[in-house]
Amino acid sequence: MGNSPEGTAVQKDRSQERQKQMIADHFTRLSKAEDLGEKCVYTFVPGNLTELLLSFDIAPVLPEINALQSGMRGKSREYISTAEKLGHSEDVCTYVKCDLGMMKSGNVGPTGERLPPPGLLLLSYTGCFTFLKWFEILKQEYDCPVSMLHVPYQGEGRVTDSMREYVVKQLKEKVIPSLEKLTGKAYDEDRLKELLARSARAEDDLVHVLESAKHRPSPIDAYFGGVYYIGPIFTAFRGTEDAVEYYKELRSEVDERVRLGKGPVTPDGELDKERFRIVVEGPPNWTHFREFWKMFSDEGAVVVASTYTKVGGVYDYGFRHDPDRPLESLAEYCMGCYTNLNIPSRIQMLNRYMKEYEADGLLINSVKSCNSFSAGQLLILREVEKATGRPGGFVESDLVDPRYFSAANIKNRLESYFQMIEQKRGGGA
Amino acid sequence: MKYYLGIDLGSTTTKAIALDEHQNVLGRGITNSRSDYDVACQVSLGEALTNTKFSLISTELERAGAGNVDVLLEKIELAFRKHQYLHQLEVLRDHLHRSRERTTDIEIPAEAVDWITRQMASEATLLFAEGASRKSDFFRDLAGSRYLHLSEEVSTEMGTSYDRIVGLFDRAILSVEKDPKASGSFDENISAALEESTDLPTMVGVAVAAANSQELEQISSVGTGYGRARLPFDEAQIRSEILCHGLGAHSMFPGTRTVLDIGGQDTKAIQVDDRGIVTSFQMNDRCAAGCGRYLGYIADEMNIGVHELGAIASQSKRPARINSTCTVFAGAELRERLSLGEKREDILAGLHRAIILRAMSLLARSGGISNQFTFTGGVAKNPEAVKALNRLTLENYGELKLNISDDSIYTGAKGAALFALRDAQRRSA
Repeated sequence: MGNSPEGTAVQKDRSQERQKQMIADHFTRLSKAEDLGEKCVYTFVPGNLTELLLSFDIAPVLPEINALQSGMRGKSREYISTAEKLGHSEDVCTYVKCDLGMMKSGNVGPTGERLPPPGLLLLSYTGCFTFLKWFEILKQEYDCPVSMLHVPYQGEGRVTDSMREYVVKQLKEKVIPSLEKLTGKAYDEDRLKELLARSARAEDDLVHVLESAKHRPSPIDAYFGGVYYIGPIFTAFRGTEDAVEYYKELRSEVDERVRLGKGPVTPDGELDKERFRIVVEGPPNWTHFREFWKMFSDEGAVVVASTYTKVGGVYDYGFRHDPDRPLESLAEYCMGCYTNLNIPSRIQMLNRYMKEYEADGLLINSVKSCNSFSAGQLLILREVEKATGRPGGFVESDLVDPRYFSAANIKNRLESYFQMIEQKRGGGA
Repeated sequence: MKYYLGIDLGSTTTKAIALDEHQNVLGRGITNSRSDYDVACQVSLGEALTNTKFSLISTELERAGAGNVDVLLEKIELAFRKHQYLHQLEVLRDHLHRSRERTTDIEIPAEAVDWITRQMASEATLLFAEGASRKSDFFRDLAGSRYLHLSEEVSTEMGTSYDRIVGLFDRAILSVEKDPKASGSFDENISAALEESTDLPTMVGVAVAAANSQELEQISSVGTGYGRARLPFDEAQIRSEILCHGLGAHSMFPGTRTVLDIGGQDTKAIQVDDRGIVTSFQMNDRCAAGCGRYLGYIADEMNIGVHELGAIASQSKRPARINSTCTVFAGAELRERLSLGEKREDILAGLHRAIILRAMSLLARSGGISNQFTFTGGVAKNPEAVKALNRLTLENYGELKLNISDDSIYTGAKGAALFALRDAQRRSA
């Protein structure tokens, strides 16, 4: 990291340190939850109902986050192989296998502390059909109840009144009663409203941070850096004072970088020269996260917008959690996540990002074990190329299975892609 | 004379092209890629410069009004190649002895090595006689095949272990390949060739002297290919193989819009515009099934040369349906079908179709095939692969013009040389 005289690295570190502490505290809380009689609910990132859980003093556990953390810590190979020994095939989503392998290896979370078993599996089922099967397996393992929230897919590219009513009805009749049963507490809407109001404040700041990438140079990398920025708001912290403070701090750090005309901070230091502005579609690879990022930063490529940072909520289109319409806005949040959008809406979003962020091209990281994301991606690529006239690039890897990250091959394709952009710019020179 | 160099460091062979300032090819050089990439570059460059000198000799002969330039040139070049071979043989003999001296457990008599290399030297005249067929132009292959054969004789006569004698070669050939001077200098070999070719008219000697007096000056160079990161070139002199193949194909056939390159371990489908600028591309991911090595493996399994595969397959009347493009599975399928009595040519034709089917999938993903369609890489030399490609192109995309250059293996190197020329022109502008 650059130690610049202006002290931006220190500012940067402050929000990062804060996030690190928030995560550490959360996992410590989880490790003590059983002893203290705290209730835990396992749930997924897209369409998560964190504020509702927090209003019942429930601690959320997010298996996807644990899986990606295992990938980043170099544990996923072992966990996946444990799951494969149990009979899960090579083609199954590697998040699922990594999570199961972790559970079978003692359920030790990313900070080295043991995770509690779930009191309930809250299946807020948004955009990914594998979630259904994942919790079906966990249900057998933990012998605990499942509460399923069926979230209608935005097949027509919009949320209708009846769709919203359908989700609210389930929240009232299924989800809230199951949480009341688990905790023995009554639903407290005033508390939920307080949490939602804090969510909206943090969401404003997050959008400000993500949209800072419209500057030249962009002060952030909206994909590799972006996954850190979405961390608190996509997981157990939305609605907390901690999250509000985190985003406030992050926002001021980013504003300072804009003021100083600085580029993003990468693991190898500050990026001096922004050569390519890229929009990325698809999740990152977690097992070689730094190596993958370096392939971009070495070429001066900055990701100015990404769809992955919208899987836990599309806030830059104006959606905010609304304390005046608590359950309705939770319903809208669930249905609005990126993974719940149809292909034309995804294309429209990418076209918009290409234009608004003045990007040089669209790059897709197609993930082998995630069909929810990958199906239709080549079609998306062609459509965006057609609409914007900007070149598309395509690389393939996986979420947390290191066997599907071929570094030489990906580097080769990325270099070719960046040179292709350069060649088009220079008219063939 | 000024020249602009392009080097394509592939997984199997390294190719060099020298261009003049009008984009004309002055010389081509090829060598097998080896553990030492620096040497592979030096050798291929040396070969390209030798080839350039022969082009100059040809020009001089024409200028002098020689009526049968091709015949004269072939004669002098064969004599030259023979002396190169003899030079390499001497270096090989030294390394065989050195290697023999290090072998302590079982003694191999010095006479065994001397006898084999003497025999090989005595066969050189026949090997490089007019009209003689050589299965390869690489010293490793030429010398290796004779060495193995003669080792059998010597082990029977002298009662020495055949494996031990062959083991000597395996070590010594690496040392020969690592020595860029192993084949001797151009001056040495051309002088020896002129001296022994007493039947050649004196004008040949004059042409050689005139060509040799022209100093070759390298103005700029660009490297590409799979091993490009290890090329002894500056970063600015390295280009992606995608761009080089696109531009190389465009220069050979300006009407090219789609390029298919099947190399040793890469298959690339590239779309280019009317200036040879890449607009889209796809490459094989994670797995090299269906690349050139697949054919090499099949040839090894059948104990025939890779260049013989296409000829045998083209005799097929009922090609087998081979489903697997996995190289190892295809080998197993091959053995099984042979044991069931299926015809060798039918199985081989099926294997060729299988690799082209895989290429068709990549082509489709890159945006399909547009007229004109240029096929490059080592596999473009295989008539059965070309036949399968023609048929599948017609079935899927209708009538298109398929271009294949005699120089198809040099496409990437030529693109690199064109970039080198453009770089130099831009610098001087």
